[in-house]
Amino acid sequence: MSLLALSGAARAADPDPSDWAKVLAEAKGETVYWNAWGGAENINAYIEWAGDEVEKRYGVKLVHVKLDDTAKAVGTVVAEKAAGRSEGGAVDLIWINGENFASMKREGLLMSPGWAEELPNWRYVDIDNKPTIRTDFTIPVEGLESPWGMAKLVFFHDSARTDAATMPKSADGLLEWAKAHPGRFTYPQPPDFVGSSFLKQVLAEKIADKALLQKPVDEANFAEVTKPLFDYLDALNPLLWRSGKAFPQNYPAMKQLLADYEVDIIFAFNPSEASSAVASGELPDTVRSFTFPRGTLANTHFVAIPFNANAKAGALVLADFLISPEAQARKQDPTVWGDPTVLAVDKLPDEAKAAFAALDLGVATLKPEELGPALDEPHPSWMERIETEWKRRYGAAN
Amino acid sequence: MLTRLGPPLAILLLTGPILAGLAGTLLPAFGYLPALGGDVVSLEPFRQLVAEPGIMRSALLSLGTGLAATAISVLVVALFLAGWTGTKTFARVQHLISPLLSLPHAAAAFGLAFLIAPSGMIARLVSPGLTGWEQPPDLLIVNDPMGLSLVAGLAVKEIPFLFLVALAALQQASPAPRAALVASLGYGRVAGFLFSTWPAIYRQIRLAVFAVLAFSTSVVDVAAILGPTSPAPLGVRIVGWMADPDLSMRFKASAGALLQLAVTALALLIWTVVERVTADIRDRLCEQGWRARRDGALRYGGLGAMSLSGLVVMAGLATLGIWSVAGLWQFPDALPKEWTLSTWMKVLPRVGGPLATTLIVAAIATAIAVWVTILCLMREDRTGRAAGRGALAIVYLPLIVPQAAFLFGLQLLFLLAGFNASLPALVLAHLVFVMPYVFLSLSDPWRAYDRRYDAVAAGLGKGRLRTLLSVRLPILMRPILVAAAVGFAVSIGQYLPTLLVAGGRLPTITTEAVALASGGNRRVIGVYAFLQMLLPVIGFAIATLVPALLWRRFRALRY
Repeated sequence: MSLLALSGAARAADPDPSDWAKVLAEAKGETVYWNAWGGAENINAYIEWAGDEVEKRYGVKLVHVKLDDTAKAVGTVVAEKAAGRSEGGAVDLIWINGENFASMKREGLLMSPGWAEELPNWRYVDIDNKPTIRTDFTIPVEGLESPWGMAKLVFFHDSARTDAATMPKSADGLLEWAKAHPGRFTYPQPPDFVGSSFLKQVLAEKIADKALLQKPVDEANFAEVTKPLFDYLDALNPLLWRSGKAFPQNYPAMKQLLADYEVDIIFAFNPSEASSAVASGELPDTVRSFTFPRGTLANTHFVAIPFNANAKAGALVLADFLISPEAQARKQDPTVWGDPTVLAVDKLPDEAKAAFAALDLGVATLKPEELGPALDEPHPSWMERIETEWKRRYGAAN
Repeated sequence: MLTRLGPPLAILLLTGPILAGLAGTLLPAFGYLPALGGDVVSLEPFRQLVAEPGIMRSALLSLGTGLAATAISVLVVALFLAGWTGTKTFARVQHLISPLLSLPHAAAAFGLAFLIAPSGMIARLVSPGLTGWEQPPDLLIVNDPMGLSLVAGLAVKEIPFLFLVALAALQQASPAPRAALVASLGYGRVAGFLFSTWPAIYRQIRLAVFAVLAFSTSVVDVAAILGPTSPAPLGVRIVGWMADPDLSMRFKASAGALLQLAVTALALLIWTVVERVTADIRDRLCEQGWRARRDGALRYGGLGAMSLSGLVVMAGLATLGIWSVAGLWQFPDALPKEWTLSTWMKVLPRVGGPLATTLIVAAIATAIAVWVTILCLMREDRTGRAAGRGALAIVYLPLIVPQAAFLFGLQLLFLLAGFNASLPALVLAHLVFVMPYVFLSLSDPWRAYDRRYDAVAAGLGKGRLRTLLSVRLPILMRPILVAAAVGFAVSIGQYLPTLLVAGGRLPTITTEAVALASGGNRRVIGVYAFLQMLLPVIGFAIATLVPALLWRRFRALRY
């Protein structure tokens, strides 16, 4: 009871984004601890740039708390809630989406009510054509997190070693290809986010009634509706790299496998990952992208503010800066990062439009119109359930 | 007066955080953590743990790899000591092996992985010329299901540790007269040493062996890099559950931490049985008059294994170094196509803050540890009682209780005290691990100090404090600085304590390195591993140079 009372009191004092001048005044001099994955040097450099900019423009200092797993930041907030610390928390902003968001929303760990749609730069956000901005893995966002970038599942191969024409065009095609080339494909080990996404991609292609994925898992028919997925994986597993007895732990590890010529096909959740890896000398410039013509998974990633954040006004200012046309254009530049924008470019002022038009997306990046249709992310319960089943079948019995 | 404080302070620093942390792990393991809706005590977390696929296999992996790595390390050290004590080769190998002690485990593990993987340095050097491999063979070397790479990775790091601990014991066991005696009875070098000197050494390094065993059965970073992935060893899985977005997993993780404690305890139990059996075998061989005069194979086997462990780590580090300046470097090229400093240029500007935190925390923790250790040792002098076995067990406690078993609980307690993510909390957490190493490094040289110097000073009318400051501490300056360098190196290598207690707000070189390692970028890992290696080396260099400069006019104080 006392916990509730405390958090109620803290909430009353939260900054109100509809009074932006007051937010800016309050934010001045604050230090924002932004907990974000720190595993990629180009992303860290981008975050550092954003920090320099908000300090210059708004007097908000940014500290990037580099995580190897976003859930660790969620864990910090949980531990703080457990200890009754309802203000002055260690985490001011989290880079988040999907399962972590669902979990924080469910446990009441986010600053509420929704604030994202009140941000000044929200007017440029592409809510008409990018449905995943308001529904994160089927969970309504309700302004509890602010969009930061778009993701789409895209495959890569080295055109100097494999012919683009022989690359598979669907999950079934991929299985056929693996039969012809055993040991030359793999995916990150679930519950790694990219690995689990591969499972969801196959599920989305193989399930008979796609509408089921928009609802929580129904235990009664789970085995029946996922049979095509697991039949597929049963066939694929022995054909994988190392005969499926070991898996890379994440996307960058898979990227290294392509560079080492240990596998021939990899994939990522960002269409320009390959271009930025070429730019940094990690992959040869003969790497090319391809996608499945009938669609691959797509989603949005966000930033969210914990209920007990210490620098809420500063976090709001930073979240708003991140969806500014300038920050988004820089982010989409593959020599910087290459993350697709959440903005509707046609809504932007002319100058900003020109900045986007001037971007060279790189040889290895498909143009937006070549990316193919977007498949919706299933409800988070599917991810959890198929991960458990995957672990039982392939993760524990070598 | 002040020295009276020493022992209780040490006991508080060493056992307090562990006992408190264990309590903080125990409650959620039985379902009690009201903030997450666990308000009744139950066995549900253990039911979930047992239902976890492959959990038995993970536990057995931890048990088996830990025992194997420890057995190999002890065997190699024993054989090498037996075969080569007192020779010139011994001194040479000692110089090769000693620096490896200060190298963080994760850096050594990465180096090994880059060396032995099918697309690693060794395969690149022999491909395609000798092997015809145009693409790396699909062989499961790193992350093999049996954990053989993990055992190798642990052994190459534990051998230097055990070797250096054994060196200290060796000096006290006066090996030369024993060797002369058994040689005159016609024993070969190895058999003679194992029968006469080894038992005295082993008695002294036994707790260190236990520490190695406990570490190897519960290790997280090395296991994550080299160990099997499906399923992973227990320690890796527990940390994974702790980090799971599904918050209810924390109960299962706490139950897992208790299972980890049980696995480590079982390993220690098995080890004591192995100790007894091998002692019996030794006695039987001895009674049968087994003299093993022709022991060349054994001797060279010991030397080979010892040198190999050192060379493998160094070759791995060299490979890491090349990666840090590599442009595009594809299989089967033995060397990168392009060389570039761009990784260093990108990383270095961002190193400042973490570097400062690393140095400040290491310096404060080391200073406190040295101070408390000296107080304890002075108290020992005053009372005339050497610390008994019980005291030594307390010193080793933080090294024997698996980190995962108490650190999560400790994090929760720091939070409750509003103490988390602060510099004092971080220093305290590091002290738990720095204290034991400083104590172990300093206690033997301190006890070996010739008290007659004190008597002479007293005879000249000097007071206690004056004697301490102007006679004893200068004489012991070098061992004190070496102990400080060891403590410094230990603090720099801490990963899990830093991550949990600092809540990510006080990043150090090591937490940055592991976070970046999650991105798998070998170039960046190379830079950080190099920095991780550099800092302890600087510490040891200072420990060697300062006394040499200070005492350059005092011949007897030069070493």
